[in-house]
Amino acid sequence: MSYLEHLKLAVIASAIAVGFALPAAADEQYFPLQSYRVGPYAAGGTGFFGGFIDYLKLIDIRDGGINGVKLTWSEGETQYEVEKGVEVYERLKNNSGVAAWNPLSVGIAYAMIDRITQDKVPLITVNHGRTDSTDGRVFPYVFPLLLNPYSETSGIVNYIAGKLGGQDKLKGKKIVVLYHGSPYGKETIPIYKLLADKYGFEVQQIEVPHPGNEQQSQWLEIRRAKPDYVVLRGWGVMNPVALKTAQKVGYPVDHIVGNVWSNSEEDVIPAGDAAKGYVAITTQASGEQYPVVQEIVKTVYGAGKGNLEDKKRIGSVYHNLGIVNGILNVEAIRIAQGKFGHRTLTGDEVRWGFEHLQLDPKRVEELGAKGLFHSINVTWQNHEGDGYVTFQQWDGAKWNVVSDWIAPDWALLRPIIEKSAAAYAAEKGIKPRTSEDAPVTTN
Amino acid sequence: MATPVQNTRLVTPERLGVLLLLIVAYGVPIIGTGYLFDAILTPFLALSLAAVGLNILTGYAGQVSLGSAAFLAVGAFAAFNFNLRVPGLPFVVSIVLAGLTAAAIGILFGLPSLRLRGFYLAVSTLAAQFFVQWALTKYSWFSNDNPSGVIDAPPLKLAGFAFTGPIGRYLFSLTIVVVITFAVTRLIRSQTGRNFIAVRDHETAARVIGVPVLGTKLVAFGISSFIIGVAGVLWAFAYLRTVETGGFNIDRSFQILFIIIIGGMASLRGAFLGAAFIVVFPLILSRTGAALFGGVFDSGVLEMSQRIGIGALIILFLILEPRGLSAMVDRVWDWVRLRRAAASGGGTPRSFSLRKLQPKGRT
Repeated sequence: MSYLEHLKLAVIASAIAVGFALPAAADEQYFPLQSYRVGPYAAGGTGFFGGFIDYLKLIDIRDGGINGVKLTWSEGETQYEVEKGVEVYERLKNNSGVAAWNPLSVGIAYAMIDRITQDKVPLITVNHGRTDSTDGRVFPYVFPLLLNPYSETSGIVNYIAGKLGGQDKLKGKKIVVLYHGSPYGKETIPIYKLLADKYGFEVQQIEVPHPGNEQQSQWLEIRRAKPDYVVLRGWGVMNPVALKTAQKVGYPVDHIVGNVWSNSEEDVIPAGDAAKGYVAITTQASGEQYPVVQEIVKTVYGAGKGNLEDKKRIGSVYHNLGIVNGILNVEAIRIAQGKFGHRTLTGDEVRWGFEHLQLDPKRVEELGAKGLFHSINVTWQNHEGDGYVTFQQWDGAKWNVVSDWIAPDWALLRPIIEKSAAAYAAEKGIKPRTSEDAPVTTN
Repeated sequence: MATPVQNTRLVTPERLGVLLLLIVAYGVPIIGTGYLFDAILTPFLALSLAAVGLNILTGYAGQVSLGSAAFLAVGAFAAFNFNLRVPGLPFVVSIVLAGLTAAAIGILFGLPSLRLRGFYLAVSTLAAQFFVQWALTKYSWFSNDNPSGVIDAPPLKLAGFAFTGPIGRYLFSLTIVVVITFAVTRLIRSQTGRNFIAVRDHETAARVIGVPVLGTKLVAFGISSFIIGVAGVLWAFAYLRTVETGGFNIDRSFQILFIIIIGGMASLRGAFLGAAFIVVFPLILSRTGAALFGGVFDSGVLEMSQRIGIGALIILFLILEPRGLSAMVDRVWDWVRLRRAAASGGGTPRSFSLRKLQPKGRT
């Protein structure tokens, strides 16, 4: 072999070596996404994961990642089914630099609690999840951020009380809760009972079997019961069907209050006229006027890299929730980086970040999300973070906010949550944390 | 090990094959990863066992059932409740009791089979499917008053030894599946097993030769439900480790029925082959799809195309080999033997005794 050939080989070899070495040297933080883009809940899945991915892309394109740490992700389709979610979990968990899991399914989240606790990676269930996981002493790795199901219930009952003219007016009234036949739907059964006892109203809870595209008998039952209000605790296709069936049996739509998973454009548009005047709770406003949404439109969709196929859905409720979820995840990593350094963090370090995820309204404004959501204040004990809610009304074309930011009755709910968490701890033999300073697992 | 009625030789190719399979099955933990066990092998074992159970009822005894998922649910919830409410009960006893509970419910819902046949019976087993799901949802006592109706599975413990970790859960499931499968191979060669087949092939003829038709049907329902109930325990405790009624819906019943149709009716091997097809094949498609086109299409498009692909393949399979994967394996095996026999100049190959038990006239 001639000298020249040796040189050539060396050059090629080093080029290959550099090529392999470079990507490995860059720090990356990875999001495994158990998304669902097919099946009865595809509208929620595509909107939420679309918004989440859009925000991660914004951070990568605009800022080059978080302090230079690039964000990566990959998706696995779950169709909202528990066993598929578990399979995707097992498949993606071995990727390096896993930041947090965001399955957007109560059933999947339940199945993951033991697994992620063992793996020491946070599990985020924004606006849903297992209520007692709010107690961070017992559930160190689970975060029902912004709004757990009990806070949502309290917010809705307070709103109805406001409509009636005060909490004392609830006495003797009748509320029907129409809930989705899934772990998510059933989560609030006890808290409605409890609030009914406390305020003296009568509650009747009626289940709609999954997926909920047939509700004639339930609504006839509602018509017989003649409730003052109906709370729609639906999901996916169940919601428009509920609104349409309500119209059919002659129940007034402005006396139906939707919960946080019955509040999207995809829930009301298919119902057409039947949805006009319908009110629903939300933690994040819809619309694309917020600076952060505008930047996504400009930077991400402008570059042809947006995740939503239908651009009309930009700024819809689920898309905005995905963006808010992106903000919360990214800020948790940023906060954790402040303590542990600007590098790929372990799941446990990201958990520390979530436990210090305190975004006051000023910081929310800096992030371009003023008015999109209010604030969050997560601590090691309180994994929900005291999210505020607001109510919006559908006018046939868009959602209009019809209330201020309202605080749920956290003081009332906390003892119930602690009791339930304590029971879980006893059943599982978990010793609740007594201080923040659980040692953090680093690399 | 089982001694086939018509074979007295100690070492047969069939037994060697089973032995080899067992060695591989128990040896896999040396090389496998957590994903292999938690996401593929454990659900495969649970579904295989359920298919073995349904195969007794549908394949051997000829009673179509669309209620398998209900018996899975009964098994899972019964094991949970026995474990929870009877302190100090060994887990194996919970499993057996769960199986017996499922058997009792199965016999109850098998009663219509005394009067109904074919499609009518299938529809009446739907009642089990809907009733069980409704009852488990309606009465929160079954899920220990958990607000979401989701129960957390306790860790698997046998005689003080905890089967934690993916490999532990896999070995636990494997052992149960092996024990039950061997028991079933004995059963189908016993008088009861032959009664099943007699009832399936011609009810009137069976009655004429003195087979107690009604009792045989109920026994089939009982044994089948027992096995499916145990499979439900594995599904809930070894695989998902959380239980909610939503997972035991009509889709799951159909899945198990498809397993035995694709795998091969009245064939134990078919139950395993079918389960492997139903569990593993979508995963392979999904992962190769994601690896090849993940950057181009989103996961929704991929998932849809996979469904179309799997559907088309199932149709193709059933046209080419209506007797299922099991018969296909036999054909390949016979072909190999013929070639070998032809090469050595020997006679025709001996066929498997098991195949004689398979239904005729389904080709």
